[in-house]
Amino acid sequence: MELSRRGFLKATTIGGAIALGFDLTKARAEMREFKISRTTETRSICPYCAVSCGVIIHTLGDRSKNATSSVVHIEGDPDHPISRGSLCPKGITLKDDINNKNRLTAPRVRRPGSDRWEEISWNDAVAGIARHIKDTRDRCFVAKNAAGQVVNRNPGMAMIGGCTDTNEFNFLQWKAITGLGVPYRDTQARV
Amino acid sequence: MAGQTLEIKRSSAAMWGTHTGIRTTPTVAKYIDTTTCIGCKACEAACQEWNDLGTVETHQTGTYQTLPKLDAKFWNLIRFNEREVDGGLMWMMRKDQCMHCAEPGCLEACPAPGAIVQYGNGIVDVDPSKCIGCGYCATGCPFDVPKFHVKTGKMAKCTLCVDRVEVGLEPACVKACPTGCLNFGTKDDMVALGKARVDQLNKSGFKEAMLYDPEGVGGTSVVTVLGHGHPEWYDLPVDPNVPVLVRLWKSVLRPVGVLAALVTAIGTFAHYTKYGPIEPPSDGGSDEHPN
Repeated sequence: MELSRRGFLKATTIGGAIALGFDLTKARAEMREFKISRTTETRSICPYCAVSCGVIIHTLGDRSKNATSSVVHIEGDPDHPISRGSLCPKGITLKDDINNKNRLTAPRVRRPGSDRWEEISWNDAVAGIARHIKDTRDRCFVAKNAAGQVVNRNPGMAMIGGCTDTNEFNFLQWKAITGLGVPYRDTQARV
Repeated sequence: MAGQTLEIKRSSAAMWGTHTGIRTTPTVAKYIDTTTCIGCKACEAACQEWNDLGTVETHQTGTYQTLPKLDAKFWNLIRFNEREVDGGLMWMMRKDQCMHCAEPGCLEACPAPGAIVQYGNGIVDVDPSKCIGCGYCATGCPFDVPKFHVKTGKMAKCTLCVDRVEVGLEPACVKACPTGCLNFGTKDDMVALGKARVDQLNKSGFKEAMLYDPEGVGGTSVVTVLGHGHPEWYDLPVDPNVPVLVRLWKSVLRPVGVLAALVTAIGTFAHYTKYGPIEPPSDGGSDEHPN
């Protein structure tokens, strides 16, 4: 290799400068990426308490055919009128809740006399609940009260709504349960 | 990559000036109002989630505090200081995290070029790819913030969510806060907010309320409203400063040392060119091997 005197001096000077801590390259930062820049955003509602804070669920991939989505991040929905982006520690850790291996993903039933829960399909669960509702209503239905007035009530059942149900959902479940004549009911619409 | 669009204001162990940019961007800041903090720890959880730090084993020390102090895997800690004030128990909750000083002691103390940088917007960040894990930054920090992680051999601390701030979002902790005791914006706006709050507190009976933005480190990008005054009640140093030894080393000893090394090198080179190499004795080295 041909090395001129000038080239040698230049190389040793720069080499020495770097060795002594003079970093001649421009300072540049390459550290962390914005991890949710291309995730799919899905709006939802925190399932914990009756405040019903809005959350945005970030899932892996853009929902294309060959991408399998999984939840990678969850944070508050700034457009949600109730929480406006803020969340409590339970809401902010929903990702771990969803990805938890102990989370139930299918309905379970503990049959009369049994000492354990068994997993059943959604169809069986809905059919089973419908059967119980019909049987209970048939057994407990009161058409007239002691004074002979028509009341058409079903005191054998009670209804309790979910605390995160929306107004529209509450309307529907109120309507459905009224049709069954259930007098004891609460939609948990506190806020 | 995060931080790439941000210009660097200051870089650790850089000799010739460190301003790499011509743009002027506003300094950002985090506002903490300790008087409206309810200690819910949403900020702690949000920090762990955003930075993917997972869970840490908690330590029960007799209070509701998660850990005794910050950790390499726990960058945001609510300190539950208890104190009797006027005969009643007071909770002096304070959010402990990197203060992002305008004149950062960690950056001053760091010997690895570019391992600690201060961006144009005032955020102080550790670059794990350049950090050598020496722990000098912990010595330089008056707030005991940078922590060593044994597994990676690097230091870690709060980044003020630079990856979020860079794309125009607020830090994760600020976004989560349900009581609004955290706020995020330009430093000027946050100081104004803090002063207004202190005035309000002063009028409503908290005579010693103050805004903590210590001068000793050039002000911080985390301004804290202390309802009862007395920073020491909140585990904060009253007058934080970069240790004198760190300043002495960086501004005096290090340049002198480098100069000495340079002079030695030049001297050696000059000596060599003038006198040349030591020639072996012409008689074939019989002195050394008499036999």
